[in-house]
Amino acid sequence: MPLVENGQVVQDRYLYVGDDEPIPNRVPIIVSAKRFFENVDTLIRRDGSVGVVWPNDRRVAELAPWLGHLALVALVFPKFRDGRAYSQARLLRETYGFGGMLRATGDVLRDQFQFLVRAGFNSFEVKKPGDAGVFAEAVRRYSVFYQPSADGSVPAQRRRVQRNANDEPQEPAA
Amino acid sequence: MYVYDAFDRKLVTERVSDFRDQVARRLSGELTEEEFKPLRLMNGVYLQLHAYMLRIAIPYGTLSSQQLRQLAHVARKYDRGYGHFTTRQNIQFHWIKLAELPDAMTDLASVGMHGMQTSGNNVRNITTDQWAGVAPDEIEDPRVWAELIRQHVTLHPEFSFMPRKFKIALGAAHHDRAALRIHDLALRLHHNAAGETGFEVMVGGGLGRTPYLALTIKPFLPARDVLSYVEAVLRTYNQFGRRDNIWKARIKILVHELGAAAFAKEVETEWQSIKDGALALDPAVVTDIAARFRYPAYETLDDSPKELAQARRDDSRFDAWMKNCVTNHKIPGYAIVTLSLKPEGGTPGDATAAQMDDIADLADRYSFGEIRVGHEQNLVLPHIAQRDLPAVWRALDAIGLALPNVSFVTDIISCPGLDYCSLANARSIPIAQELTRRFHDLDMQRQLGRLHINISGCINACGHHHVGHIGILGVEKNGEEFYQITLGGKADENATLGTLIGPAVPYAQVADVVEDIAAAYLELRQRPDELFIDTVKRTGVEPFRERVYAAR
Repeated sequence: MPLVENGQVVQDRYLYVGDDEPIPNRVPIIVSAKRFFENVDTLIRRDGSVGVVWPNDRRVAELAPWLGHLALVALVFPKFRDGRAYSQARLLRETYGFGGMLRATGDVLRDQFQFLVRAGFNSFEVKKPGDAGVFAEAVRRYSVFYQPSADGSVPAQRRRVQRNANDEPQEPAA
Repeated sequence: MYVYDAFDRKLVTERVSDFRDQVARRLSGELTEEEFKPLRLMNGVYLQLHAYMLRIAIPYGTLSSQQLRQLAHVARKYDRGYGHFTTRQNIQFHWIKLAELPDAMTDLASVGMHGMQTSGNNVRNITTDQWAGVAPDEIEDPRVWAELIRQHVTLHPEFSFMPRKFKIALGAAHHDRAALRIHDLALRLHHNAAGETGFEVMVGGGLGRTPYLALTIKPFLPARDVLSYVEAVLRTYNQFGRRDNIWKARIKILVHELGAAAFAKEVETEWQSIKDGALALDPAVVTDIAARFRYPAYETLDDSPKELAQARRDDSRFDAWMKNCVTNHKIPGYAIVTLSLKPEGGTPGDATAAQMDDIADLADRYSFGEIRVGHEQNLVLPHIAQRDLPAVWRALDAIGLALPNVSFVTDIISCPGLDYCSLANARSIPIAQELTRRFHDLDMQRQLGRLHINISGCINACGHHHVGHIGILGVEKNGEEFYQITLGGKADENATLGTLIGPAVPYAQVADVVEDIAAAYLELRQRPDELFIDTVKRTGVEPFRERVYAAR
């Protein structure tokens, strides 16, 4: 399963550690939410980055106190059409100010990429290799947005008011 | 009219090219049908019994003549020469080929039309009063707010994969003509005691298998907070709405399982954390949207010109149409004209391409180029100078659209039913057609007065049968079509769900049953001006039940 970060297919630096496996030293790891809370004291003092897989039916508020110790949160799309993790991503970014890696996992397909980026994701475990190859193109499909979102894009409503203030015709960028 | 600017046009164009690419990937097999389904649904494309169906949004029911002509063009070029106006201010084409869909969408995009979010598990077309902007009883034009919300929820990165569809309606008038309480979220614009403008927020309405009327969770929301509050409602629903069972996935189930108070509290907490952020409405943004609603340059005219009174005396058919189809406009000397799409033996809400072109021409000549679509599946010419009414009537009469049956028993709301829809259990259209024949006599229709019949071909209730004065629901029993009859429903400011009168009746008996109900009403009413719905409210359904089942 290819991993895409910064628009490129990259090698995953993180190691997924199963609930029964020993925690290795130094290597960046990703553990389950269950494992994280069981070993929270040692994990947050660990020499090496820690990430957590956070299920989509659990409130991210529970994770909020630990976000400063986490390098990565992996959110889950069990099905393409199950969009709970979009809300979780925006809450993590905008309400709780999480600045680490936000990874999309599960049924992650091309037609979600731009939504995911706009919701605040910056790491993508892409299901189909063909989709990973066109990532950069897929996230540029739309250039006009109607809502402020986690990626900082300026919505059309705001651009119009700015245009009016400058009193100049300004076509949206192609 | 809201006039698209370069941003709006660009987004619609990008949407079409996105969909063109998705269709190509589906046709090449790169996308499975399971993967393609949510993508096509987001663009208004359903797979029905015989073909793909394309549903086009008519935001808040307002159309320009140019747009209506383009709908006629799409009907001719890609469909079978007609379209079907729905109960949610959309139009559907039922015979489109998948490979031609992107081209049809390109043609529509050229006039600022699209099928975005007319289906799928996202925020659907936002509906309002079809008389918005011209109704004498509204406090302001609700379409400005509808457009602000429409833009905000279009291709929203967080809310494009919700548990289920989400329908929003807005109203700003004393009389509710937008069926607010049957919506997932409804916003009623009003003034508080301090004279400030805000919204009453209602959530959790919906028909279908488990009908509920929406409950008020916030009596007054300041207008500046409308986007943040909508966002908080959607975020709460997106996270906690049920996804394990499609029949329990609508927000109404969440609201009623949690309880309205607990749901409201959840929303309130979320809202408090975002209300003063990027979604707090800048007055400049509201002004900018409002400025792009163009209003006609009305003439200064007097109400009730002399020639109109004379024309009414001269022609009783014109007079009948005036009484039935013409309504007061907020500007003196103007009128709102409703065009019934309910001819005898016709399909409710259907219009041919030729009719669409003719209506567009009439709109250009007499109605400042504007047409409206209402949830009753009729069209409206919203700005007719009263002195032009005789000429407009003659022109409409010549094309079969001056039917004086608006709000009468033959002005039936109906879904497409088993003739088209893969979800249906029973036919709807032939029932509607038979009823228009049974009640074709206009004197009888006048005697019965205001009487709304709503027909749905399955429990999904697209024909809004629960809120029909007479509701007819098609069900299947041992492979045969049966119909449940409810009485006393209504979708106005006093919204009520209808009461089932007894066992379902077979297809062949439905029209007889409706005739029995009508006859019972004429006997039961206390005065000629006691409306059907008021008689049912006074007597309950029992006397109707007796009449219907005594002979069966």
